[in-house]
Amino acid sequence: MFKDPEARIVGQESWGDYFLLTFDSPAMSALARPGQFLMIKVSDEPYPLLRRPLGIHSRKDKTLGVFFKVAGAGTALLSRKRPGETLDILGPLGKGFSVDPCLAGKPVFAVGGGRGIAPLYFLAWELRALGASVKILYGGRTKDDVPLAARLRDEAFDLILTTDDATAGRKGFVTAALEEEAGKSAPLMIFACGPDPMLEAVARLARARSLTAEISLESRMGCGFGACWGCVQRVCVEGKPEWVKICEDGPVFPAESVVWEKESP
Amino acid sequence: MSDLSVDLGFLKLKNPILAASGTFGYGLEFEPFLDLNRLGGFVVKGLYYGPREGNPPPRLVETPSGLINAIGLQGIGVEAFIAKVLPKLQALDTAVIVNVCGASEEEYVRVVEALDAEEGIAAYELNISCPNVNKDGACPAYDPESTRTVVGKVKRASRRPVIVKLSPNVTNIVEIALAAQEAGADALSLVNTFLAMAIDVETRRPKLGNVLGGLSGPAIKPIALRIVYQVASRVKVPVIGMGGIWSGADVLEFMIAGARAVQVGTANLVDPDACLRILGEVEDYCRRKGIERLEDIIATVKT
Repeated sequence: MFKDPEARIVGQESWGDYFLLTFDSPAMSALARPGQFLMIKVSDEPYPLLRRPLGIHSRKDKTLGVFFKVAGAGTALLSRKRPGETLDILGPLGKGFSVDPCLAGKPVFAVGGGRGIAPLYFLAWELRALGASVKILYGGRTKDDVPLAARLRDEAFDLILTTDDATAGRKGFVTAALEEEAGKSAPLMIFACGPDPMLEAVARLARARSLTAEISLESRMGCGFGACWGCVQRVCVEGKPEWVKICEDGPVFPAESVVWEKESP
Repeated sequence: MSDLSVDLGFLKLKNPILAASGTFGYGLEFEPFLDLNRLGGFVVKGLYYGPREGNPPPRLVETPSGLINAIGLQGIGVEAFIAKVLPKLQALDTAVIVNVCGASEEEYVRVVEALDAEEGIAAYELNISCPNVNKDGACPAYDPESTRTVVGKVKRASRRPVIVKLSPNVTNIVEIALAAQEAGADALSLVNTFLAMAIDVETRRPKLGNVLGGLSGPAIKPIALRIVYQVASRVKVPVIGMGGIWSGADVLEFMIAGARAVQVGTANLVDPDACLRILGEVEDYCRRKGIERLEDIIATVKT
């Protein structure tokens, strides 16, 4: 991990509230692994104060891409960046997905909810390069929340699309599609990223069907590299639940290790 | 080349920039981003005797130019620190200061006694002011008598200098500072975070798992500076100033107000190399103003 204070933006695409920024950062691109993330400075002033953690969405030649939804002041500022401008980035950070050579020729599922598709796109390309047979399950509230569907189809990924309101693909949660697909033919591995309730459902399903799953958690972060202990999740460590750092020990965890807290009343 | 070193009496620093406890991990987390040896020093994250679990999330919330945290001093404890971290810190050529915590006066003493058996520590910073471990932010630094007692006990036990970190969440901080000085404090760290809160209006829930937290960042700088100014003019021991330092100019403000050294905190989280950028800005100022010894500007505010 290191800091690239001047990664030049080479591309910007948008679909409503969703944005994809690509930038030149050869050294970081060489180190990046699927599931790792970057801490991106959104302002030169201390407001908004913190960097924003964004999963690495794509790698092509010497560039990296981040895909995000505008959710507040920080991502709004980031969405206004244009090619030619530079980004100040820390990375690559965290532990990524297990892209294991033994997955070659095997069926794997990548399950993304909304902006949770971000790191799965990079993962899917790496898995494909490995020779794994990748099925992508991509869900959102409406058709506006699955903006990458067309691209995934164009790139010949085996795609199952779902929306809560049936405006695109099957009606219902992506986890319902996962249940159905896993019932038809069990994957060797499930990779998932999305909102916590979705990940909890994936973990439950994996346990019920004795499938292996890795989930990537989303969190606000202070530093992104393990110094502040601001982003924590209850995770079983040697059989004992502990608050572990999402930035350093994650953001990808074995699904069965994550302890889901009941929401406080 | 200006002389940037500062002398705390018990400890000479190569420059006045220390990284603040709680924002700098155990130091090693920053090695990928900067050369730790270029710092005046750093204060490692607060240590209790045993490992500590910390508060439930969310632990952080951003506010305008500020950050409220309620980490709750999660940490590895003094034994793991000695076994796994300290040997790596001993190889460094910079002042390593250990922030010492305790749920009781006895625990503070126990932590210090354990660390006293080890080498490679320049001083202790006694954390009697964390707002995130007791109800309503309560801590020994709320009260002159509690401050006097715990500082006295730790001073008697310790073979090393003791810096006492005080809370700004009090009516009369000068009174607390004088109590710490009388009890033997070798220096004062001013200030810890300001007790604060944020609420999500959609859900009417506090934005922090701990309900309350401590505010840091540029938002608190003018208040922290005022406190350093007020205390430094009343105590004999050196004052280490902190609170929202983001630039070389901020460092100079604290020093001109009376601080002999400073700590950079929240800025480290945003820019892990912030201390070195800030140090460079201090150097530029000295060059521009023809200042040969940075120490000459301490407590020189023209009022």
